[in-house]
Amino acid sequence: MLETITDVLFLKDHNTRVVIISVMLLGVSSGIIGAFLLLRKRSLMGDVLSHATLPGIGIAFAVMTLWGFSGKSLPVLLLGAAISGILGLLTMLAIHSTTRLRDDAAMGFVLSVFFGLGVAVLGMVQKMPGANAAGLESFIYGKTASMVFQDALLIGGVALVMSTVAILFKKEFTLICFDDAYASSQGWPVVLLDVAMLALVTAVTVIGLQAVGLILIIAFLIIPATAARFWTYRLDYMLLLSALIGALSGWLGAAFSGILSNMPAGAIIVVAAASIFLISMFFGTARGVVPRMLDQARLKRRVGRQHLLRAAFEILEKQSGPLANVPVSRASLFAHRTWSPREFSRFMARAQAEDHLEPSAPDTVLLSESGFGEAARITRNHRLWELYLIRHADVAACHVDRDADMVEHVLGAEIVRKLEEELGPEIGIPQSPHRI
Amino acid sequence: MPPITAHTSPAASGDLSEHPEDSPLSIHDLTVAYHRKPVIWDIDLNIPEGSLVGIVGPNGAGKSTLLKACLELIPKTSGLVNVYGKPYQKQRHLVGYVPQRESVDWDFPISALDVVAMGTYRRLGWFKRVGKKERARALEAMEQVGIADYADRQISQLSGGQQQRVFLARALVQDAQLYFMDEPFAAVDAATEQAIVELLKELRSQGKTCIVVHHDLATVSKYFDWLVLLNMRVVAAGPTKEIFTRENLHKTYGGRLDLLDSASLALAQS
Repeated sequence: MLETITDVLFLKDHNTRVVIISVMLLGVSSGIIGAFLLLRKRSLMGDVLSHATLPGIGIAFAVMTLWGFSGKSLPVLLLGAAISGILGLLTMLAIHSTTRLRDDAAMGFVLSVFFGLGVAVLGMVQKMPGANAAGLESFIYGKTASMVFQDALLIGGVALVMSTVAILFKKEFTLICFDDAYASSQGWPVVLLDVAMLALVTAVTVIGLQAVGLILIIAFLIIPATAARFWTYRLDYMLLLSALIGALSGWLGAAFSGILSNMPAGAIIVVAAASIFLISMFFGTARGVVPRMLDQARLKRRVGRQHLLRAAFEILEKQSGPLANVPVSRASLFAHRTWSPREFSRFMARAQAEDHLEPSAPDTVLLSESGFGEAARITRNHRLWELYLIRHADVAACHVDRDADMVEHVLGAEIVRKLEEELGPEIGIPQSPHRI
Repeated sequence: MPPITAHTSPAASGDLSEHPEDSPLSIHDLTVAYHRKPVIWDIDLNIPEGSLVGIVGPNGAGKSTLLKACLELIPKTSGLVNVYGKPYQKQRHLVGYVPQRESVDWDFPISALDVVAMGTYRRLGWFKRVGKKERARALEAMEQVGIADYADRQISQLSGGQQQRVFLARALVQDAQLYFMDEPFAAVDAATEQAIVELLKELRSQGKTCIVVHHDLATVSKYFDWLVLLNMRVVAAGPTKEIFTRENLHKTYGGRLDLLDSASLALAQS
């Protein structure tokens, strides 16, 4: 068992190797083309298209059988699929432009009607005398096991060509995805480019029918692209990543459906792609949930620390005599700002862990040497920013504390230097412009 | 300079001498309708070269529609639009377009520089990639509007004003003669407003013509030397000094000229 698994995963067997490579190429092309489809905000059009291919498959089979050929020639079936898929899209566009129905309604209509028609046609085809229509249903869920060498070659070859064409059109597709009105004002044939894009989507959908199946091919178009977006803000990387995720899902799907003979490849591809999507959604460096939460938490911690140190410093300032680092009571620190007891004790604990504060007598704390320096620096930044707001942004002195609060925590060294320049010779810590 | 004409009477049309070749934009009997409901009617305009033209009117007056019809982004029901004496399709290289900022998805995975470089696509032609030369031109345009520092930022990380300036820079890269700008001053910060005003003046000093959809009556007479008051029809068009009157504004806005606008108008005229 283990041997067969490694054999399949690492492409030892010639036939599986060809099948797996062709499904991976399919993943690459659907990753790239799906990314453009996603950015053009037409994801669901792919779904309409794929469902609308079913009647074409049945009709192509029937026509070939009636003419006395074998109905199961893959190129002919795919041609039929492409034609009826395009008819589905055209029907949708016709509904869109002649009625006031909304797009989602038009899509739902075309998708279900064409699919229903397809199921009916397949049912009739099964009853045709002399025809062996068994296996046509595999186009619905996909079945890599039924792929022969020529099929794989056709699928891989078309996928490679479609990827190349999509990359060739990268500049033009990007333009219409981002701003089609501008593209049109510049004389780019937006409609033609849209047709080209949909032609690529059609091609990928149709060649994906056998491996992935028409219900799940949409996942192959959309999931790699959406997963890739979580990692990058650059289109080039997004395309590359989307292609890689597509290839990886294709490899896993084709390989495992080879091992587990009852498992359709499409299902495994979707599961693999969805797992990558989930990982990307949580950990994607550009837009992932976890990095964002970490950023938020980090900022909150920093703001809390700065508030605490500034509070301590301001309390020291209020004491009579020259500024000296003496113990400060916890109660006065707590009363200095509005914070919840839980927040307060957390900030206190963290400040002690960072060696900024140390407990002295019971219920009092003392700023450490580094804590005192840090507190002075933070207070100074705060006051500089307040002064800047008052002098240059016409903010009233009574409001300035709150406004300064929002920005000072993110002031970099460069901005502080500019503030110093702007405000002239304010060396040392300026007086607070308002009552503390 | 061509004679300034603005009339709403279709009877006066048909005389080609009214559409001189050197006018950067001449519009003749333009009507646009959506679902058989006309949005703008019988627009006739001759815009003088080298002027900053404001298009002003209430919401729904068809300001954006007028721009889009000139650029053939929406079909004209009837009428003729000439750019420097020839139809727009033949003169695209002379025209720059700054769409409304809200018209695109700013979350798109693209950098500010890449958006500005789109202004070079037309000259590049099919399939050719943006190279060093194009990038340098894009950066130059970004410097001109003061956003060169943000060239590599993803566009969603820019402020509204910076995004607006990205669009302006993209139009500048085209090095056009006639610019259409759709509400460039909408919801921008003071620094951006200033940058746009200076840019407009710079363009005028180079003999270029800018047609700007504008909504703030208080700044109209400060920014524009020519004005089109639009409310489905051209209510009045001509030099701002002559056209920007309380009477004309009342005709344009009807009862909809609200208190705030009246106040800013009074302020502008005082």
